[in-house]
Amino acid sequence: MSNSVDDKVKTFDTRTEAKVPVESPLAYSYRRSGAPAPGEGSGVVVRERPFLGHLVLRGGAIILDEALREVLDISLPGEPQALVFDASGERSVQWISPDEWLLIVPGGEEFELENRLREALGDAHFAITNIGGGQTLLELEGEAVSELLMKSVIYDADPHHFPVGKGVTTVFAKTSVILRRSSETRWELVARRSFADYIYRWLLDAGEEYAIGIVR
Amino acid sequence: MFHIYCPYCGEYREEEEFHPKGEAHIVRPEDPETCSDEEWGDYLFFRHNPRGIHHEMWVHAVGCRKFFNITRNTATYEILETYKMGEAPSITAESRDDRAAAEAETAEKQEGVRA
Ligand SMILES: [Zn+2]
Repeated sequence: MSNSVDDKVKTFDTRTEAKVPVESPLAYSYRRSGAPAPGEGSGVVVRERPFLGHLVLRGGAIILDEALREVLDISLPGEPQALVFDASGERSVQWISPDEWLLIVPGGEEFELENRLREALGDAHFAITNIGGGQTLLELEGEAVSELLMKSVIYDADPHHFPVGKGVTTVFAKTSVILRRSSETRWELVARRSFADYIYRWLLDAGEEYAIGIVR
Repeated sequence: MFHIYCPYCGEYREEEEFHPKGEAHIVRPEDPETCSDEEWGDYLFFRHNPRGIHHEMWVHAVGCRKFFNITRNTATYEILETYKMGEAPSITAESRDDRAAAEAETAEKQEGVRA
């Protein structure tokens, strides 16, 4: 079932037709630790966005920018810590390192997108890796989010220091996350699958004083 | 806790995101086959441990994950500069000695003027 766009690289669709039940990285946590429903007084509301398409793009900024504009009509953010969204707000590209970007798209789009990017990039020196199975995204909203983050990450999460369109990889409690601010009211955590339960339980504990609620 | 400027991220970040990786600017012998045991041993095992200005390699481990260089004073722990891989330091033990000598000379001259 390999669908290669190039003889040198074998790509394959990680979403199969097989009837295998799919569970979010937090499925176990919801069952074991519970998920308090958001209420009137919830200062923080968390909502997981599982099963999105996560691709890591590596290579030179100029060639990746050209390919991304051609295929997705998004410019590659060249500035450190920059995060940009497409017009619909559903697709994002984030600067991770001088030669690395994280592309997040609606689940199911990533395989075709990867192939189109590979075609557009041709013989250029680059790498594209599908890491959707290894990460999940948590959206955080509410008036107490930055306060909750200040207790959790070592990066300065003061809204004045952390404008919309910024994203950093940093230390969250005893693990690491990608912290990003997608709008005035919304922050996002990109968590490793194997640490999702730890981060979830940390959020529940740290968010208790803000009457944290989980949308499921 | 202190802050370290990552030359790739372009901002100061918490120390906790970084790891030190030992002496910087160690050059691998171009032709290991013709090295003497002493030369190869020096390259592999022996490191400078100066009191004062030292150039070290660090990695922004929880961040951009790039290696870069730090010029640091091992006596005061002061970080004097950070710079990207492949770049040369602008501050060295020699340039510091020159500056110290120049300052001493200026001080001496001022003394002379006063006298
Ligand atoms: Zn960095």
